[in-house]
Amino acid sequence: MANLEDVTILLVEDDPGHAQLIEKNLRRAGITNTIVKLDDGQKCVDFLFKKGEYSGDDHRPPFLILLDLNLPVLLGYQVLEAIKGDARTKAIPVVILTTTDNPQEISRCYELGCNAYMTKPVDYEQFSEAIRKLALFLAIAKVSEKKP
Amino acid sequence: MENQEHVTILLVEDDPGHAVLIEKNLRRAGIVNQIIKLDTGQKAVDFLFKNGESHGNDLTAPFLVLLDLNLPVLSGYQVLEALKNEERTKTIPVVILTTTDNPHEISRCYELGCNVYVTKPVDYEQFSEAIRKLGLFLSIVRISEKRQA
Repeated sequence: MANLEDVTILLVEDDPGHAQLIEKNLRRAGITNTIVKLDDGQKCVDFLFKKGEYSGDDHRPPFLILLDLNLPVLLGYQVLEAIKGDARTKAIPVVILTTTDNPQEISRCYELGCNAYMTKPVDYEQFSEAIRKLALFLAIAKVSEKKP
Repeated sequence: MENQEHVTILLVEDDPGHAVLIEKNLRRAGIVNQIIKLDTGQKAVDFLFKNGESHGNDLTAPFLVLLDLNLPVLSGYQVLEALKNEERTKTIPVVILTTTDNPHEISRCYELGCNVYVTKPVDYEQFSEAIRKLGLFLSIVRISEKRQA
């Protein structure tokens, strides 16, 4: 059974301030999992498919991905599409965590198969609180153990 | 849900005790959305595809589904498969909320496209707490507003 502690959280976020805030608040809410921070979309895809700078890595599933949409090199949408379009990775939960709350963007992400979509609150305190609520929920969710 | 109190929550659960516990604890977590309770898989499919029984509600509203797997008439898996294989309904978030924590069942649900999987704790207090955490999470997620045909 995939106890949450075994799950590696991939945080795909190019804004270092946001990345830090997210990690800090996940920890404050009691999340003790390994958190891998990747700052562009290509690195995320390479990491999951063990290509490029990550070929030869021995990281193992299960994973959970927190994915910003506004990323350099490869956009969040392209990362989402790559993950959900491949049988080896489509069961990995992907939570979109991004600034836009445009309904069309939200629909687009669900169409592409995202598991959940969260808009980052503008206010620092609300952002922190939203991350803590996310963490509480992650503590009760189960993820797929299927190996890619 | 932020500015999404118009999202209707469909609770597909055949155990009346669980259904009451889930609704009560969602309310305690501050969820004010309409909650519609359905007790078989067939009713859930009928409701969402607008065949068979209708509940006279606004069926163009966005939905979120909380889905038990052990249902009479049509199993939760069949409901999940039906929803996720259909253009009109595949973007409806489906949270599996069921008793089993068997890894094969969990993987199977994610393969079928479930959005999240939650195992119901056996202990009453932990069950209540899990539902409250689910409620807090629902208060921060966004739902697709795409209208069904």
